[in-house]
Amino acid sequence: MEEILTLAGNNLLSPIILSFALGVAASLARSDLSVPEAAAKALSIYLLFAIGFKGGVSVAAHGIDIKLGLSLLAGVILSAVLPLVAFALLNVITGLSRLDAAAVAAHYGSISIVTFVAATSVLESSGIASEGYMVAVAAAMEAPAILSALWLISRGGDGRRMDSDLWREILLNGSIVLLVGSFLIGWITGEEGLEEISSFIVAPFKGVLCLFLLDMGLVAGRGLRNGGGVLRPGVLAFGVLMPLIGSAFGLGTGLLLGLSPGGVVLMMVLSASASYIAVPAAMRVALPEANPSIYLTLSLGVTFPFNLTLGIPLYVAVATALTGG
Amino acid sequence: MKTHQAKRVEITIEAIMQSRLTDALKKAGVTGFTVLPVLGGSGRSGAWTRSGEIGRAAGMVQVICIIRPERLNGLLDAAFAVVEKHIGVVSVVDCEVLRAERF
Repeated sequence: MEEILTLAGNNLLSPIILSFALGVAASLARSDLSVPEAAAKALSIYLLFAIGFKGGVSVAAHGIDIKLGLSLLAGVILSAVLPLVAFALLNVITGLSRLDAAAVAAHYGSISIVTFVAATSVLESSGIASEGYMVAVAAAMEAPAILSALWLISRGGDGRRMDSDLWREILLNGSIVLLVGSFLIGWITGEEGLEEISSFIVAPFKGVLCLFLLDMGLVAGRGLRNGGGVLRPGVLAFGVLMPLIGSAFGLGTGLLLGLSPGGVVLMMVLSASASYIAVPAAMRVALPEANPSIYLTLSLGVTFPFNLTLGIPLYVAVATALTGG
Repeated sequence: MKTHQAKRVEITIEAIMQSRLTDALKKAGVTGFTVLPVLGGSGRSGAWTRSGEIGRAAGMVQVICIIRPERLNGLLDAAFAVVEKHIGVVSVVDCEVLRAERF
């Protein structure tokens, strides 16, 4: 317990978390501080490229094994199953409609790549090794949750047609293409490739992450300010409970696969996090009647800050304790 | 200068639906339109802004078409099929244009 509190304390006082807190505070105080949309997109492109590239380099250095394939498969299964768990929990503790519950559930099966990036940063700072291919697992976990949510809706007799545009948007959304593409570039070019561009993608990484989380804080704060009213106590409780349940699934899966301590942490983080880029866009197309204020505010305003501040230290402590890392 | 009567249709719709809408318009024979970014606003779904957003779920765009009056119903039918269930506003105003053969 003391270790968890120490880790949480250190995490809370890191520049990354404090930058996020600054963004939330500025937004709630109605400051005019803002990050232009184009700048925010540029920061996210940088982070996705850097994290994908470094993951590919790590795979090039350590080689691939059966665990890579099994981890990918496990990620897909987790992404498909977690919305079912989330949907059941939402039905028990919230009064959300079937449509809103399915839309929210989809977010909790998919992943937050920024939470993943923040977790890798914490692992690096703590000297905890992880499998480079977890980046690929993150990409694989983006989409299956959306299909599960649509299946949940179709079970209620409300069949939704998946048109080819939606398929393309889900499977080829910019985040996935960039993440997988940079992962492959890192894998192909290996250590030599990394050496060539390390001054760009390694040294400035944490500084860029701070600026990006400042923006995320501003957006989250704005969401809470404008959409906080839709979060009734049961919904709010779900935003904190579901990451803990998801992380337990991730923990079990990581241990079963025999991942490294860092790998288990990342599997927990992926299972605990909720999407706010790919899934909201897909839900707007597939389930337009679902209230976006609920799932966006819940995902970005509740679960994201929870994972960033308390969740990641907790997952690190639990995973290292159980793996002996 | 001689001017000609036309209809200006402004469709403010979720950014994620933009290509679906413009595809539907093209299918309905509307070959000319302009897409504008929308910075922010407020409506039944609450206030929103593009500032700092990295996904397309929260953004809106405005699609503007200027057409001959007799083509209005075809355009509105095509647009309605796409925007019916989505957040947005469709408005039609009278306007006048030069060079009627272009519309």
